[in-house]
Amino acid sequence: MSADETEESEQDRTPSDRVDVCVVGAGPAGGLVAHRLADRGHDVVVLEAGPRFDPADRLERMERAIRPIHGDDEVWEMSGPRDEFTTPGELFYPLNVARVKGVGGSTLHWQGMVMRLHESDFERRSRDGVADDWPIAYGDLRPYYAEAESALGVAGASDNPFAPPREEPHPLPAFEPSHSDSLFAEACERVGVTTHAVPNARNSEPYDDRSACVGYGTCKPVCPSGAKYTAESHVEKAEEAGARVLDRVPVQRLEHDSAGERVEAAVYATSDGEEHRQEARAFALACGGVENPRLLLLSESEQYPDGLANSSGLVGRHFMEHLFAGMGGTLERRTRQNHVGFITSESHQFYDDPGAGAEGTESSVPPSDDDLGPLKLEFLNYAGPSPVETALSAETWGDDLLPQLREGYGNHVAMGALVGQLPRAENRITLDPETTDDHGNPVPAIYWRIDDRTKRTLARANEIQRTILESLGVDIEWTVGPDNTGPAYHHMGTTRMGTDPESSVVDPQLRTHDLSNLWIPSSSAFVTSGAMNPTLTIAALALRVADDLDSRL
Amino acid sequence: MELTRRDALAALTGTVVAGSAGALTWDRLDENGESSERPTGETLTALAEAVYPSAVENVGEFVETYVVGRASERPEYERGVAETAALVEAYAVDWFDAPVPELAREERDQLLRQLGTQTADPDPDGTDAERVRYYIVNELQYALYTSPTGGELVGIDNPQGHGGGTESYRRGPER
Repeated sequence: MSADETEESEQDRTPSDRVDVCVVGAGPAGGLVAHRLADRGHDVVVLEAGPRFDPADRLERMERAIRPIHGDDEVWEMSGPRDEFTTPGELFYPLNVARVKGVGGSTLHWQGMVMRLHESDFERRSRDGVADDWPIAYGDLRPYYAEAESALGVAGASDNPFAPPREEPHPLPAFEPSHSDSLFAEACERVGVTTHAVPNARNSEPYDDRSACVGYGTCKPVCPSGAKYTAESHVEKAEEAGARVLDRVPVQRLEHDSAGERVEAAVYATSDGEEHRQEARAFALACGGVENPRLLLLSESEQYPDGLANSSGLVGRHFMEHLFAGMGGTLERRTRQNHVGFITSESHQFYDDPGAGAEGTESSVPPSDDDLGPLKLEFLNYAGPSPVETALSAETWGDDLLPQLREGYGNHVAMGALVGQLPRAENRITLDPETTDDHGNPVPAIYWRIDDRTKRTLARANEIQRTILESLGVDIEWTVGPDNTGPAYHHMGTTRMGTDPESSVVDPQLRTHDLSNLWIPSSSAFVTSGAMNPTLTIAALALRVADDLDSRL
Repeated sequence: MELTRRDALAALTGTVVAGSAGALTWDRLDENGESSERPTGETLTALAEAVYPSAVENVGEFVETYVVGRASERPEYERGVAETAALVEAYAVDWFDAPVPELAREERDQLLRQLGTQTADPDPDGTDAERVRYYIVNELQYALYTSPTGGELVGIDNPQGHGGGTESYRRGPER
């Protein structure tokens, strides 16, 4: 079933004649840009390094996710010489479970949570005196957020009192709260914390020719029903509108004109070892926060000896992630976990003011004077063991196993939280010339560490979580906090946006300062990370880039 | 708790058998079996009775529908499961002087444990124990515990891997 092992299609992978736009990467940003531009009559070619995964294989991939023989990187075939990387930084970074290469990109394995950034996220320097302000404001993205929600098919409610202003409802009704959400809501009321619905890019009813969710419970890393949005949707729409999409064609480098002012071609490889040049009037680099800077660095030239579009020296720098804080345990009551694989309630109460206290009907969350960043709280619906996964790994079976399964399942609860980290130049993606991929290119090297402010915010998230869980009467059994945190697999900041070419890689329209026909619609352009899952903002930026490109072509 | 044909079809996740639900009988596997004189279905059913809790009823029809449904879509699986069933039969004759279906339930359990299956990593290309863990024990466990009845046995009416809708997660435990 391996996509790499299946016979490659007879697709013609030779370049098209010079097109209007060459999009590199077929994830959500690339798919949306390609669709919008093709739909407006432009000639578009999309180049994707990974394969096009057959939708008919989704059930088998779900089984891979559940059965213990398979590693996390195997569900979407992320491993091997193509995907080598190194992590010489302070912390190991598990890159190959943090992304997917293929048509659909990392939306193939994402959770599907789609929140707008807050107004404060665009003004971190002005408000907190740290990091930088974005060169655009929430208001600039607001209409594009609405368009992105329609494009992705977001199920949501207007019950979040902490959300940034919006005028239109979500296109789909929110998923109803889970049983355990109701337990949490009561406990939260006792300590003064407000809960609300989660916007999900997951069909709560049929939408856009995809079915409603049927509750397989394996959303991350794979949705077999097609209810969860993947960017395959917009790649297909782009093709229907006339775009040409080539899979398995990793771009090796971008080549510019003699003046060093415009990109002329994307040079890509095919499996026969040949290299081809796809020429275009404009290029959109949409390979994610790791491969975007890597490709620019691989495209060094005489004019750009430190990498393409890197006059600032900042390509690859300011790599940011969201960090996870969590806590969980057991209750002396049934909590009905693991029926679905997604979250239905959150609290953004501590997002804009993470140090604020809260006063409830019985208790309170103490305030904090620490210098903190934004955080959001999640109430999980998949706490504790999944019986089937336990059975598959158990060292017994039959009548010996059943009591273990019954004892292990039924009364777990857990909370999660996301915390954004500050942009720091030393956190970076660069090239490791000592290690090469299957085409002889230096692999990405990830230098990553977590700053003290982020650690304090993780501790603050734990403090709030503990208050809520204790109010609920949970026997707390595990904590993920500042000392054992891990990444949420959100790559941001490596081609940052700004008005000053000395301190940024792309301008407010996401066009590179150095090359006039190269756009980077991606979370790699984020100036700060916020603490919200980034894909809706990626989608909004992509639609905005598409409009900008459309107006210039 | 009785397993039903619907459970088996659910464990097959509904798509495999839409057009062939009427033909999921051991005939297919036994006709295609290449490694054993013993019908694969008899071996698998007998082993399933040891791998499944004794509270489970109607194991034979459930396993038949599930395994044959899988085999009808996956030739590699069909070959693997037939060869592995034959492998277990050979051990049964060596160690217990009888084919698996003629062993007592406790002996079948003992046979699997003597093979080292309980601690073996599941691997379709591995050692004998690893193949038995992959093709027999974990296949059967996957089928049971992703089915509605298998889930109910544990206390979850929409187990992971079963598309049981978006109503059950909202219900309280009192129903």
